[in-house]
Amino acid sequence: MSLMDFFKKKNSGEVAVDRLKLVLVSDRANCSPEVMEKIKNDIIKVISKYMEIDADGLDIQITQTESESDNGKVPALYANIPIKEMRHS
Amino acid sequence: MSEVIVITSGKGGVGKTTTTANVGTGLAQLDKKVVLIDTDIGLRNLDVVMGLENRIVYNLVDVVEGNCRIKQALIKDKKYPNLALLPSAQTRDKSSVTPEQMKKLTAELREEFDYILLDCPAGIEQGFQNAIAGADRALVVTTPEVSAIRDADRIIGLLEANEIKQTQLIVNRLRMDMVKRGDMMTVEDVCEILAINLIGVVPDDEQIVISTNQGEPLVGTDALAGKAFANICKRIIGEEVPFLDLQKKASVFEKLANLFK
Repeated sequence: MSLMDFFKKKNSGEVAVDRLKLVLVSDRANCSPEVMEKIKNDIIKVISKYMEIDADGLDIQITQTESESDNGKVPALYANIPIKEMRHS
Repeated sequence: MSEVIVITSGKGGVGKTTTTANVGTGLAQLDKKVVLIDTDIGLRNLDVVMGLENRIVYNLVDVVEGNCRIKQALIKDKKYPNLALLPSAQTRDKSSVTPEQMKKLTAELREEFDYILLDCPAGIEQGFQNAIAGADRALVVTTPEVSAIRDADRIIGLLEANEIKQTQLIVNRLRMDMVKRGDMMTVEDVCEILAINLIGVVPDDEQIVISTNQGEPLVGTDALAGKAFANICKRIIGEEVPFLDLQKKASVFEKLANLFK
């Protein structure tokens, strides 16, 4: 580990705060893993109409994001969908 | 006017029973008439923490089922005649009592006592529902750990849903040395995440283990945790007390200086 890494590294207290904030957003949004799985499967179905995607690599989660209208943080659905091939039709 | 306060946390082992014992004893030291109710049916503990385990004749389930009068089941504290304990039943389960019965019980106790403290079991099932049924106010105990805080957040949501008007936070077992080097969440972090009012911070103190071993609550002594609990009691009755300077304890220099006094 270089000296720069040492300075950049977050201490465990900050890590705990960040992790908690994330997990509480989805806890409070009351999204069970089953609901998330359903949402994920529906997204796969819709996107697959238009392009070939990597269903296993698809990752969705509920996170926080800065609201555009007011100053507070709001929950956001974040999806990372790797595309295998664009369909030409 | 009397107040019914439930001490709860969600997660087990964060210090609900210790807090109930110390806050109850502290309120008795302030000349209030106090009764502690152990609602953890099947896992009775408040009696041993209070050092009253040898005096139990009747318990909470006996009262609710009408096997005895409330007065017969109440155990007077060793030191404070204005402090009483209603122990839980050890050989029954949570379904032996209903929320309606708890409401009726706390309503009756209001006539005699200033403060009725309910030691809530861990979890969010029937034991929790029983404990909060008659409560006006809740003290949520957490430690600065991810698991305890996550559970506390869930509990706070459930308390809101059950229309408990006043909910306040106790951060227990804080280690200033770890906070200082960034390896423990700060009290500010915890308050920001949970977004409720703080009523007290209790440092991690080995004197708590010793006092529990002896069955005598620490509140009222010079130990840092004892002082922290005494302050919480004063805040409960409406006094404004500044938060303890926990930094002081970590100073090695001061400890050395004290040796030469």
